[in-house]
Amino acid sequence: MKRTYELMFIVRPDMPEEEMSKLISTLESSVSSAGGTVKSEVWGKRRLAYTVRRFHDGIFVLLTVEGGGAIIHELERRLRVTEPVIKFITVRIDEEQKRLDKIKKIRESRKKTSTAPAVTPEAASEPAATPAH
Amino acid sequence: MADEVRAPEATTTTEAPQRSGPRDRDRERGGRPGGGREGGRKYFRRKKVCKFCVEKIEAINYKDVRLLAQFVAESGKIVPRRLTGVCTPHQRRLSSAIKQARNIALLPFAGRAM
Repeated sequence: MKRTYELMFIVRPDMPEEEMSKLISTLESSVSSAGGTVKSEVWGKRRLAYTVRRFHDGIFVLLTVEGGGAIIHELERRLRVTEPVIKFITVRIDEEQKRLDKIKKIRESRKKTSTAPAVTPEAASEPAATPAH
Repeated sequence: MADEVRAPEATTTTEAPQRSGPRDRDRERGGRPGGGREGGRKYFRRKKVCKFCVEKIEAINYKDVRLLAQFVAESGKIVPRRLTGVCTPHQRRLSSAIKQARNIALLPFAGRAM
């Protein structure tokens, strides 16, 4: 059930700060009422790579949501309706996180095996060296 | 037979050494320089290494535009892996990250040139 999503949306640049914080808090409350956790990050105003609804800049906001798919469905519905939001994208990141953690574990275990037994490489090199001599 | 092969000056009757003579010369002249040029273009190209494998970057996120922009041409097109030297699994992840970034207006679909 614990799926992690990243929801990034762009708000029109001429939006005042209080309205934006109000919007973010509404979204956060809808997530927590549905039983999930959310973290928000405001990237600030950035230039867009192409014109969206006749805007050249936008305020980027990133939400990291933990919960089921229904929460995301609800969030996206709200964002579609909200007028100042001009674009959004949701990416599911829990599978990717699993993969990254697995790779980290493998790398850490490799480091441990390479540093701890210093005897085995010497033992391996000795029988290799003697036939050469 | 062996004497005739060793002495190629005796160019009278046997056809086998005569045939092999000009053939060898043609292969030597035409084969090596042509093969050298074509081999350089088609096969190796300085043995490019995959940037992600070397630097051990595992997470290719749509959010780091600076990393993704290195693999995007001026026209906005994704650069093929034979030019960048990226390995196949990383190229797949990279292209999906670029497409996600394009959707969220971090990268353009088409640049100004084309």
